[in-house]
Amino acid sequence: MSGRQKTGKKGTLRRILKYISGYRLSLAFSLLLSVITVGCALYIPKLSGEVVDFMLGPGKVDFPEVFRTCLRIGIAAGILAVAQWLVNVLNNRMTWGVVEKLRRDAFSRIGHLPLSYIDTHPSGDILSRVVADVDTFADGLLMGFTQFFTGVCTILGTFLFMLSVNVWITLIVVVLTPLSFVTAFFISRITSRMFAEQARVRGEQTAFIDERIGGQRVVAAFGKEKAQEETFAEVNERLRKCSLKATFYSSLTNPTTRFINALVYMGIGVGGAYFALHGVITVGKLAAFLSYASQYTKPFNEISGVVTELQNAIACAERIFELIDENPEVPDPHDAVVPAQHRGEIVFENVSFSYTKDRKLIEDLNLTVKPGQRVAIVGPTGSGKTTLVNLLMRFYDVDAGEIRVDGVPIRNMKRRDLRDMYGMVLQETWLKTGTIRENIGFGASGASEDVMARVLEAAKTCHADDFISRLGDGYYTRVSDDGDQLSQGQRQLLCIARVMASDPSMLILDEATSSIDTRTELKIQDAFEALMKGRTSFIVAHRLSTIRNADCILVMKDGRVIEQGTHQELLAAGGFYRMLYQSQFAGEAI
Amino acid sequence: MRSLLKYLAEYKKETVLAPLFKLLEVVFELTVPLVMARLIDVGILGHREDVILQMGGLLALLGFAGFVSAITAQFFAARAAVGFAANVRMALFHKIQGFSFSQLDSIGTKTLTTRLTSDVNLAQNGVNMVLRLILRSPFVIAGATIMAFSVDVRAAFIFVAVIPLLSLIVFLIMRGTGPLYKQAQGRLDEVLMHTRENLIGARVIRAFNREEAESREFDEVNGALTRTQRVTGAIAGLLNPLTQVVVNIGIIVLIATGAARVDSGALTQGQVVALLNYMSQILIELVKFANLIVTISRAMASADRISQVLAEPDPEDDGEKNIASDAQEDVPAVCFDHVSLRYTGAGAEALHDIDFSARAGETVGIIGGTGSGKSSLVHLIPRFYNATEGAVRVFGDDVRTLRSQSLRQAIGMVFQKVELFAGTIRENLSFGKASGEDSGEQGVSAADRAVIEEALAASQAAEFVGEKPGGAEYVLAQGARNLSGGQRQRLSIARALMRRPRILILDDAASALDFATDLKLRTAIRGLSGSMTIFIVSQRVPSVRFCDRILVLDKGHLVGQGTHEELLESCEVYKEIYSSQFMEDASQEAVS
Repeated sequence: MSGRQKTGKKGTLRRILKYISGYRLSLAFSLLLSVITVGCALYIPKLSGEVVDFMLGPGKVDFPEVFRTCLRIGIAAGILAVAQWLVNVLNNRMTWGVVEKLRRDAFSRIGHLPLSYIDTHPSGDILSRVVADVDTFADGLLMGFTQFFTGVCTILGTFLFMLSVNVWITLIVVVLTPLSFVTAFFISRITSRMFAEQARVRGEQTAFIDERIGGQRVVAAFGKEKAQEETFAEVNERLRKCSLKATFYSSLTNPTTRFINALVYMGIGVGGAYFALHGVITVGKLAAFLSYASQYTKPFNEISGVVTELQNAIACAERIFELIDENPEVPDPHDAVVPAQHRGEIVFENVSFSYTKDRKLIEDLNLTVKPGQRVAIVGPTGSGKTTLVNLLMRFYDVDAGEIRVDGVPIRNMKRRDLRDMYGMVLQETWLKTGTIRENIGFGASGASEDVMARVLEAAKTCHADDFISRLGDGYYTRVSDDGDQLSQGQRQLLCIARVMASDPSMLILDEATSSIDTRTELKIQDAFEALMKGRTSFIVAHRLSTIRNADCILVMKDGRVIEQGTHQELLAAGGFYRMLYQSQFAGEAI
Repeated sequence: MRSLLKYLAEYKKETVLAPLFKLLEVVFELTVPLVMARLIDVGILGHREDVILQMGGLLALLGFAGFVSAITAQFFAARAAVGFAANVRMALFHKIQGFSFSQLDSIGTKTLTTRLTSDVNLAQNGVNMVLRLILRSPFVIAGATIMAFSVDVRAAFIFVAVIPLLSLIVFLIMRGTGPLYKQAQGRLDEVLMHTRENLIGARVIRAFNREEAESREFDEVNGALTRTQRVTGAIAGLLNPLTQVVVNIGIIVLIATGAARVDSGALTQGQVVALLNYMSQILIELVKFANLIVTISRAMASADRISQVLAEPDPEDDGEKNIASDAQEDVPAVCFDHVSLRYTGAGAEALHDIDFSARAGETVGIIGGTGSGKSSLVHLIPRFYNATEGAVRVFGDDVRTLRSQSLRQAIGMVFQKVELFAGTIRENLSFGKASGEDSGEQGVSAADRAVIEEALAASQAAEFVGEKPGGAEYVLAQGARNLSGGQRQRLSIARALMRRPRILILDDAASALDFATDLKLRTAIRGLSGSMTIFIVSQRVPSVRFCDRILVLDKGHLVGQGTHEELLESCEVYKEIYSSQFMEDASQEAVS
């Protein structure tokens, strides 16, 4: 599984089969029952055809035979119904089972993808693979299971039945029916271009909708509703036109094949009549033939539909496998080490790192943080502050050099163990969809009462308890990542409480209080102090008041640490830091 | 579904003609067994070759006529369905344009997107299928019955007995699966949500080592979806077998009674063949019908979701007045007259009894704690929400009496959360131009360029935009992901300046900027024009301290207003905020 496999259509098909192979028994049963279904479905017209020959005219009706045949039809119909239902149930079981597994595999891969992948790929694209593509795949698979196999069986079965009735008329059917197949194929070839065009315009419109409806508040604020509606109307009209083409031309398949079938039917009728005239077949057999002829041609249409659907499904499966095959993070070493002693000493040695090859970011960074030190990182946007956090947490791996925690290179540790040591609060206030209690207790483990106690305590220390209890359902109020019921600051408080409840041994605060007002910040400062006491902590901040008390301030610019020292030392040095610091007091007219 | 029918009204002709031609096709198709019966009875049994050939020719003709009518029907159906979808999309889009901020808050924009896209597509499919095929089945079934009557009245009564039974089965199964399809759709939404969450929250989830727990939760949701789908499939899968059984029973009865009547000479052999043919035609039609019901059920569920959005109440009546074009000296630019605000569904008031006024040209700072109501206050000025009590007046007029287009035209709004659109920087900035002066997307005039340059310069964005390849023609990705947070903020300020607003609102718009840039920004904006009234919402004292007037909010109450110096004297809350940011450095103030 390591490394992207070169998967062609064949490879994809093989992998789909692998997924299905878990349902070998179901599949075997389903196939067997399909054969029975088709057999019965074909046997019934044969019987009802024969029965006509037992009623030649007034006084010439063979009643015992008629009733015997009726009984047979009844039994066949009963078996048919039961078998068909079982086939449906089995196929559903298989399809949704395979789909469930596929979705699970795709999802679990997300948990192991390097963050660089997640950062650089639009989440919408990954989402559509896990949800929409899997869905389309399911449709195709279900259709394949139910229609493809029975279709093939029906064609073969009818063919055999017809042969058993009369060779010559069978020949007429065999020669004429491929016509409808060929026509269907041609039509789908032509329409596929129109579908592609429709998909393109639809994609254009979806992108527009996604963006503009998402930004509806901005649109309203700028009074651009009218202008926007005009743009929308234009795309909408284009979509209507090309949808009409695609829809209409693709819908030609059925009438065309039906027309050809009608010709086949006529051929059998006329041909059969001549045979009947010369006593080669009976009228009853001709009747049976006629109903076979219509059964025989139907699967051809269906199969041509299924083939498109299957092609579609395979294309989707390919996209899903692409995600599943994405290179995972470098696996944790087997002989992973845990630092013998948690002291909290962190060393950067000759660390270099960049997100893209063409733009260097951090070069040859050296830094030693003593246990329990509070390190503040300041610098303009884009200077590499957040990158340091990415490296500390091993969201990204360094390109050169190494980072050691208590003497152990973090590459030699399990990510789990490394991340367990840190508590992290980011500027982005991501919350999980769920209750506030679940969110604060996100990193806490243990019995439910214990967790609740810690959640309460953490919320109180961050002064979040106040607003939480004012919410409708208190700690059981549901929140989500895009819900608007909480302000940015409130969300950030929840993120801080979340870290407090998890009781980490080191701290990383990346703009952790940027949305919290300074008064509240001051109030939770005590809690932070308590939390940071004796724990190595990293603080990234714009607001200089937050970092004044740090043991060491790193001033970063363009990926380098250009100044280093305490607040007083740096002010006295009169460098970049002093400039940054003073600008917060400056300002005239505004 | 019913409420969406009016979007088909424009296609009345098509919605009538499509089924009509379908009917014609069915008529031709149903004639086939009759012709075949004649071919057998007269041609074969009567040894008449000429009749056999005649009937053969007739069969071919019928096939062709059916083909032509079918194509015509498909065309009308496609036209109606596609047009219907276009109309519904337009109506939805229009509806959303009129949504108030409260509606957007409560519905959520993400679900609106899916309704506008995938739900409309499913509904379009539904309409197309209904026009094309759903009507075909009843036609065939009814037609086959009528034909059966024309063959033999007594035998036809078997058809009359079979059909209601079939309808009942279809009805019961549709009723059973309908809610299940909805449930499945809901569970699929959950799967989607969970996946999205794990992508967006990847860092936090990993930092807390919650990957496995998240996987377990996903498995649960995923498993629930699978169970629903399996149950739905098992029930829907009953349709075909059950209808088959009924039809086959019909066939048996037909044969049994037919045998007696052939024996007595009341029926011919050919007629029995015709009757059997009609019965099997019904069967084939039912199989098709069963497959369609899935599509229809899904379309109905989607139509429901669309109707929900369309059923949202229309926005309150817009005012009629235009905003006063030149402000009189004595009329304040913005005046809050004892304003309170309570959000729909919220327990407590977000704002309580806010009372102040700001002169034209004044700079008003708004400071206060998290959740103190700062954003709520400025959102009332462009009437994003309606005040629950009191009145907000802009240039002397109550905002409720003003056309919102005219009101918002005068306001440049910069939101806390930046939203930029895919496209060039220039296109994004042009979005900020007042609607009247939109010179079209093409053709950049020199005047345009000057306005853009001015806005970029004032928002401190000129430098980084200049560094981008192509400058203002640099293309932003969706969500402007190819810019940093600070750069996005500066562009959204530039966008608001494009309309040369009379009122500029900066809602914590510089939070991602360092102090030095923030300062340059404020200085440049102040230098832009004399009469612009500016509201600056911030958490930082330095951002507001030089404002003409500072409003201090605390839990929705206005607890102080005045200049920095005045507030330091009189306002406890302000003093607390100040000292929290400047603690022992109060002495350093002189640095400025």
